[in-house]
Amino acid sequence: MDPHFIILLGLVLAVLLIATGAAQLLKRRMGADDLTIQNLTARINAWWVMVAVMAIAFLAGTAGVVILFAICSFAALREFLTLTNTVVADHWALAAAVFVVLPLQYLAVGMGWYGFYSIFIPVYAFLLMPILSTLRGQSENFLIRVSEAQWALMIAVFCVSHVPALLSLTIPGYEGKNLFLIFFLIVVVQSSDVLQYVWGKLLGRRKIAPNLSPSKTLEGLIGGTLSASLLGAALFWITPFSVLQAFGLSLVVTLMGFFGGLVMSAIKRDRGVKDWGNLITGHGGFIDRLDSVIFSAPIFFHVVRFYWDLH
Amino acid sequence: MSLPARIVAALIVGFARAVTAVRGEWRGVAPVPEQRIYFANHNSHGDFVLVWTVLPPALRGRTRPVAGADYWLTSKLKSFIGRDVFNAVLIERKPMTRADNPVAQMSAALNDGDSLILFPEGTRNTGPTRLLPFKPGLFHLAKANRQVDIVPVWIENLNRVMPKGALVPIPLICTVAFGAPIRLRPDEGKADFIARAERALLVLAPEKKG
Repeated sequence: MDPHFIILLGLVLAVLLIATGAAQLLKRRMGADDLTIQNLTARINAWWVMVAVMAIAFLAGTAGVVILFAICSFAALREFLTLTNTVVADHWALAAAVFVVLPLQYLAVGMGWYGFYSIFIPVYAFLLMPILSTLRGQSENFLIRVSEAQWALMIAVFCVSHVPALLSLTIPGYEGKNLFLIFFLIVVVQSSDVLQYVWGKLLGRRKIAPNLSPSKTLEGLIGGTLSASLLGAALFWITPFSVLQAFGLSLVVTLMGFFGGLVMSAIKRDRGVKDWGNLITGHGGFIDRLDSVIFSAPIFFHVVRFYWDLH
Repeated sequence: MSLPARIVAALIVGFARAVTAVRGEWRGVAPVPEQRIYFANHNSHGDFVLVWTVLPPALRGRTRPVAGADYWLTSKLKSFIGRDVFNAVLIERKPMTRADNPVAQMSAALNDGDSLILFPEGTRNTGPTRLLPFKPGLFHLAKANRQVDIVPVWIENLNRVMPKGALVPIPLICTVAFGAPIRLRPDEGKADFIARAERALLVLAPEKKG
């Protein structure tokens, strides 16, 4: 097994152990009934589960990672479609999205077939789904229904599939190590989420988008993205990037992640819900956890492909 | 329950969870093993499965759906699922031809200590209204079993997962909300009780989003 994998797993476990210990200390001091502490404990427990699932998928190799993210896409699509205005007339279009488009997209990602998975959804699915929706002859809210279904596919399937797609990049001198690109992306983006929250709690004053996401502050944004990008720079040794490149890429993905969270908040506000779902205790739904990864993954993929990949 | 029935039950529950990620909201009652008559809105053949899925396993075995014999006895597979897996109380829906009195059948199940799930709309609601007018059976059952809590159960979104005539379900998140129990009041008439039961169920329905 790659020694880097052991080191990284050790580091992640250490962080989780410290977090768990800190939460236990806080629980003693604040009492077990404190809602913030309960929420914190639930989040940390969910992180344990997620890290375990990710570790197993990584050990299973490409197929494991592709299947894991296909399942994430399925859960995200289920959450997204729940909030749309789609009607009975869209039934075949939606069934095709879930049971044909999603599996084909991940099959192509698993095969590393860039020419297919990079255009399949925006070209074929986006043109064929509205055609299926017209077959029942219902024009009421047609544009809204079609756009919502397309965006559900874009967010839940197309964007998410660009995480495992990182495995199909061919970077000279980095053969067989592409899993670390996924690790790098997820750790940087997710720690940016946590660090934005921490910086916001410590120093947060100026609200950035009070109407969309009242907890997001300028101080949290700057502190969170910069400190997560420093973490990304410190992880340069598992990537094909130099320290400076790792920092720059981290800055790009954390900013995309931040604005991705803002976009998803706007959708939730519009639909009048607090969370996308209830699947992960303490975390809301899958999309609540994935929103920043969803927005950063395709950009990260294409920047890395453009500058590092042999094609 | 026999082993094949257990396996089929686990498969059905697993499938329901995968497609709907269904969550039970215990708003008016707790998920405890008390004898109850649950009554729910009826949009789909999967309604009972969803309620069954969110019940804790200890309650599942003692909670029987009330269903139409005309539907569930038409094939071997349906009859296996209806009788062996769900242990349904199968009633004749057409008053003209029926030999057994449905209320007596349901009361017999209650006397055995089981809980019931019934759909007082009588048939699947596929129209635009949220609820069809209730059949009077719920009143007669309440009258014969005044000591049992009658719990409204609102099933949300399943009609979008599997609209009438659809062959393939669309995965969407569903919820099953359990409201505050009602009982027949001493001097309450049929119309009043039915109206009160309908209201108790409708207050659980989320407001339609635009």
